[in-house]
Amino acid sequence: MTIGIDTIIFYAVAAVLTVISLIKSRKKTKQAFIKAWKALENILPQFISILVVVSVALTLLDPQTISRIIGAESGWLGVALAVLIGAITLIPGFVAFPTAALLLTGGAGYMQVGAFISSLMMVGVATFPLEIQVMGRKATIARNALAFVFSYAVALVIGAVVG
Amino acid sequence: MKGYKLLKRYAFLLVMVAAGAAVWIAAPDVGQKAAAAAWDNTLQLLSVVPPIFVLIGLLDVWVERRTMVRFMGEGSGIKGALIAFFLGSAAAGPLYIAFPVAAMLMKKGARLFNVFVFIGAWSTTKLPLLLFEASALGWRFMLTRFAVNIAGIVLIALVTEKLLSDSDVAQIYARAGETDA
Repeated sequence: MTIGIDTIIFYAVAAVLTVISLIKSRKKTKQAFIKAWKALENILPQFISILVVVSVALTLLDPQTISRIIGAESGWLGVALAVLIGAITLIPGFVAFPTAALLLTGGAGYMQVGAFISSLMMVGVATFPLEIQVMGRKATIARNALAFVFSYAVALVIGAVVG
Repeated sequence: MKGYKLLKRYAFLLVMVAAGAAVWIAAPDVGQKAAAAAWDNTLQLLSVVPPIFVLIGLLDVWVERRTMVRFMGEGSGIKGALIAFFLGSAAAGPLYIAFPVAAMLMKKGARLFNVFVFIGAWSTTKLPLLLFEASALGWRFMLTRFAVNIAGIVLIALVTEKLLSDSDVAQIYARAGETDA
């Protein structure tokens, strides 16, 4: 397990603000922590479900398997598959980029990797229930569908500039 | 009644766990690897989640609605969108943590377009990740994707907002208003 520098910064920021909050009002700080817990408890079932889905998906689709599917010669079909794989998998960012680099050395093309990264980060099929709970069904479907299509645009530009 | 509610909330989870168990029985080696990955992911999530939710709680208690409206509300214009973009880009953690934060922003009166910009930025232009991306895939790859993404985030936010009717929007905000429980 890796703890990113961004996470450490967030702990520091949260700690400093909590201290300031405590100095200003203990009562309000207590309220804030109760609210924090309630907000977390509220979405906990979805969080755990996501973990289960992600873990199974990650095991079935390891980098070797993916780079076989989206090789440099796979063209637009490879892009389509890359977008699809990216949409259904959910890999933390600091794992995703090294994975993407592995995919490239494993034979995947820049276009396909661009499509994969883009849909991986922007489209979240596994997180649908959670997103619907906050944004509603319509907004969730719209945002994910648009991000799905947008990933093709990313592939196109990456293919032209980098590939 | 309470038990039923609890069951309903955890129904999706139970289905997922059952699916996981089925995978384990059908293919023990896959199940074992998945369980190890699940454990690793759980630790990862537990490490990222606490500060974010503390910040949500503090935001709820200390930031007044009119302050949020002034910075990210209806009349906040390009400034509001820029704040949303930087907030999302400075974030830590996977996209699904962005949604409870988005709910809090809406509860405090942030404009929907800005909330979508925030979600877009959180999903794909997080600053710490950009450095990761550059080192793994090269600066050319990272900068190209970053430039395309800025256009994409704005476009997706605009179109999503346009697709929603007034009653859709009212519903989303009503739900966000209840989030403090």
